[in-house]
Amino acid sequence: MNTVYTNIGHTSTGHTGTGAVNNAPVLRVENLSLGYTRHHTDGRTSKVAVLRDVSLQIHKGEVIGLVGESGCGKSTLALALLGFLRGGGEVLGGKVRYGKTSLFDLPDADLAALRGGDIALIPQNAGQSLTPTMKLGAQLAEALKLHSDLPQGQYRARAIELLTLVRLPSPEQLLERYPHQLSGGQQQRVAIAMALAGEPDVLLLDEPTTGLDVTTQAHILELLRELRQRLGTTMVFVSHDLGVIARISDRIAVMYAGELIELGSCAEILRSPAHPYTRGLLAAIPRLASGMLPAALPGYPPAVGARHQGCAFAARCSHVSPDCQERTPDQTALGTRQVRCNLPAPQLRQPLQLEGVPVPEVTVGEPLLSLDQVAVSYQQQSLWQKLRGQPESTATVDGIELSLKRGETLALVGESGSGKSTIMRSICGINPPRRGHIQLDDQPLNLPVEKRDAVLKRRVQMIFQNPDASLNPRHTIAEILAQPLKLYFGLTGAACRAKAAELLAQVRLGEHYLDRLPAQLSGGEKQRVAIARTFAGEPDLILCDEVTSALDVSVQAAVLQLLKQLQAERGVAYLFIAHDLAVVQAIADRVAVLYQGRLCEEGETRDLFAAPWHPYTETLLDAVLQPDPDHNPKLHSDDAAESQPPAQGCPFQNRCPRKLGSQCDNELPDWQQIRGKRLRCHIPARQLIGLQRV
Amino acid sequence: MLKLILNRLVLAVLTLVAVCTLVFSVTEALPGDVCTAFLGRNAQGVRLENCRADRELHKPAIERFADWGYGVVSQGDLGRSLKRNKSINKLVGNRMRNTLVLATTAALIGIPLAIFLGVLAALRRDKATDVGISTGSIFAMTLPEFVSATLLIYIFAIQLKWFPAVTTVRHNAPLEDLLPNIVLPVAVLALVMTAHILRMVRSSMIDVMASDFVQMARLKGVPYWQIVFRHALPSAMLPAVNIIALTIAWLLGGVVIIEQVFNYPGIGTLMISAIYDRDLPLVQAIALVLAAIYVGVNLLADLTSLALNPRLRTARG
Repeated sequence: MNTVYTNIGHTSTGHTGTGAVNNAPVLRVENLSLGYTRHHTDGRTSKVAVLRDVSLQIHKGEVIGLVGESGCGKSTLALALLGFLRGGGEVLGGKVRYGKTSLFDLPDADLAALRGGDIALIPQNAGQSLTPTMKLGAQLAEALKLHSDLPQGQYRARAIELLTLVRLPSPEQLLERYPHQLSGGQQQRVAIAMALAGEPDVLLLDEPTTGLDVTTQAHILELLRELRQRLGTTMVFVSHDLGVIARISDRIAVMYAGELIELGSCAEILRSPAHPYTRGLLAAIPRLASGMLPAALPGYPPAVGARHQGCAFAARCSHVSPDCQERTPDQTALGTRQVRCNLPAPQLRQPLQLEGVPVPEVTVGEPLLSLDQVAVSYQQQSLWQKLRGQPESTATVDGIELSLKRGETLALVGESGSGKSTIMRSICGINPPRRGHIQLDDQPLNLPVEKRDAVLKRRVQMIFQNPDASLNPRHTIAEILAQPLKLYFGLTGAACRAKAAELLAQVRLGEHYLDRLPAQLSGGEKQRVAIARTFAGEPDLILCDEVTSALDVSVQAAVLQLLKQLQAERGVAYLFIAHDLAVVQAIADRVAVLYQGRLCEEGETRDLFAAPWHPYTETLLDAVLQPDPDHNPKLHSDDAAESQPPAQGCPFQNRCPRKLGSQCDNELPDWQQIRGKRLRCHIPARQLIGLQRV
Repeated sequence: MLKLILNRLVLAVLTLVAVCTLVFSVTEALPGDVCTAFLGRNAQGVRLENCRADRELHKPAIERFADWGYGVVSQGDLGRSLKRNKSINKLVGNRMRNTLVLATTAALIGIPLAIFLGVLAALRRDKATDVGISTGSIFAMTLPEFVSATLLIYIFAIQLKWFPAVTTVRHNAPLEDLLPNIVLPVAVLALVMTAHILRMVRSSMIDVMASDFVQMARLKGVPYWQIVFRHALPSAMLPAVNIIALTIAWLLGGVVIIEQVFNYPGIGTLMISAIYDRDLPLVQAIALVLAAIYVGVNLLADLTSLALNPRLRTARG
């Protein structure tokens, strides 16, 4: 590793990782306003601001975290640091300076030399940001050719060094590969290596871990922390996830509606946020250890570029005064930090209290859904394969035994590819099981959806991840809600509309929404409509597939509360999928942990999260990041992605940190029942409990 | 990869067999035959009998088809023309050359031109260049080729007298005698081809230029033209390749009309007279040759897609 280090031009300035930074600002954002010109139908034009009056100094060697919800302008700001405007964008005022040069005044050629050389970007979705038709070696060589003084003959050696630096296995072979042949985590590492090719002064990271599994995310963050220690690179880290930001930043800049509303040290902002929005945001984040539902921020963030008078947050602020509607607050110093709020200083200095909302009592009733030895496979054997007697391929999901009672919430957790969605798809009949039985009460659910009768269809409903895709954009809300009402209850006309209004009222939306189109609603409102549609059929079982992952944190909390309240009123059962384990903690009664389509552990949420015994559950939970400056994730196993479950033995054998030996390779462990939980591991449960305490 | 190509080849052979069978049965099912067409009003009595006997038309259709098929497979012999009483291989040979000269020249001009114009229009989207290219292409597409052919003949042959209006050389003339005659037909074919392909290239290039990896390349400081040609174009060509294959298939049909308009001694004119004469083996032979080219072009398009798209070529790691 040492040889690699010496090749990177920068030396660490000796900081400890928290705030000991050199004072000279590398990048300076001075009263920057960005926007675009809106052309009105009557021929008038007006300027719409996406970023308003942002001032920020980024010092050498520091990591600054830019946080905020979608549409707050954080990515726009990050790209502006490269002198880049998205299509149609323009500078409405202010400057970005790198050293002495003003980026938006530079000619294109100079800007191109700077991009990837002095300032490099690590994109959000590496899978889509790497050119699909070029080999990785060629892409790395291109970056080296553009931004290093190396002779052509040394590109290959240097590329291998860079790939080693980001801890990718067998870098020589990777050079010959195409992006799609890598897993998401590996792609992200390649993108990091590529950004490092030009030995940049500043690294811009635009949501670099969003969309990755928790374990992969934790590994990538560890890598970035390590690079930062070794190379002393200045970083601007953009994320909507305060847990990620907490792990890596020295300072945090909070954005809202295109404005920088609070700026201060990481610990200060996370422990005692000053701005009411920052407080609300922190309170809305579900936390692993809380045992409560997070408190929701009322309202929705304004649309991108929406005009407002006074404070941008006034409409949602609990401390709002008439003054806030009139006067736009300035960025003022509060001790070591900067806050944009009209409230007097003492009120801003109050300590943060995280008041969760107690989970409503739900009476758990009779057993409703049961899965018995269910196996699902996407590949069907062709007739030819059957005739030749070829063995069936290993099933995607196998040996699933689960049960769910009325009024209960069961969450399925696991990394991507763990079979969560596959199980859900087989329950709702899109992809019926290859083996085993699914039953709703005593009715078989093995049938594909086309063969189910209306009553059975009505009883099992689904809420999808993305309401933009699941609501027909050309139907009004009334039409959307009328479909299940007509289909299942034969309602039409005024009766149907009245019922639709009633459904909307249940999801806390007014009757006036009935004649709107989905495009006229915000993300949170759309998901409420989707929930209302689901409840229109008066189902017994609702399948929730990542229902809050497309929503902003402040809106997510309200949707979680709504789901829980509706469950208390209606006694429905939820089968819940979420990649965010803190969300699962807030909503689920029981949790089943899946790896590669096989169950690892199952139990009450509280017990399971307090003491994850199965090595996989432990790996998963310890990788979770929290918006707490003192929280450190633990990494137990590497993040190597597996494309297929092993044909025999324990499914987790290849990554298990506690692997025993050949027994794990060859024998599938039996269930062990202990203290209300069950788990599948060759290590005796009592011994696992002992290992946990160490 | 090899398996895929083999798979396609087997499929191609099956397609050709099906095409021949279909053409044979359709022509056979129609009333009349080469002798009624040839003898016209005299097609009756002994003359008709003799004519049919000479050409072995009394044999059952199945047998004739089998004989013909056996000849094709065993010796590459496409049979004898019933009307002209000559070897079809000889009849088709030169005319095939002439048609290929026409079609290949049109493709070699049309395809690169279409890619160039399509990329240009995409990069200058909504500007004067794009509007000009797009409008022109719609115009070229909507104009039937015999109309544009007539237009070109009027301007370049009759008014300006630069090129001959119709071809007067024989089918076995040497290539250099043929050359001045192909300019106008090639222009008509290339025009329509270019229009179709460039529209596809334009729209897929616009999509690709808006993709994440192109934005990333820009933010990596890659020079503009390098982004266009190295990062964007290979991906943009993917959907275009299939359109190019379809357009070449159209070319084979278009050639028949164009040859007729320009009286060009190619396979198209031969086919039209063969149909007119009810010269069954000749029709069949030409159908077979055209179908073979069609299948070949599509195979080539699939292979090009494979070459352009590593996702199809390599397994996930």
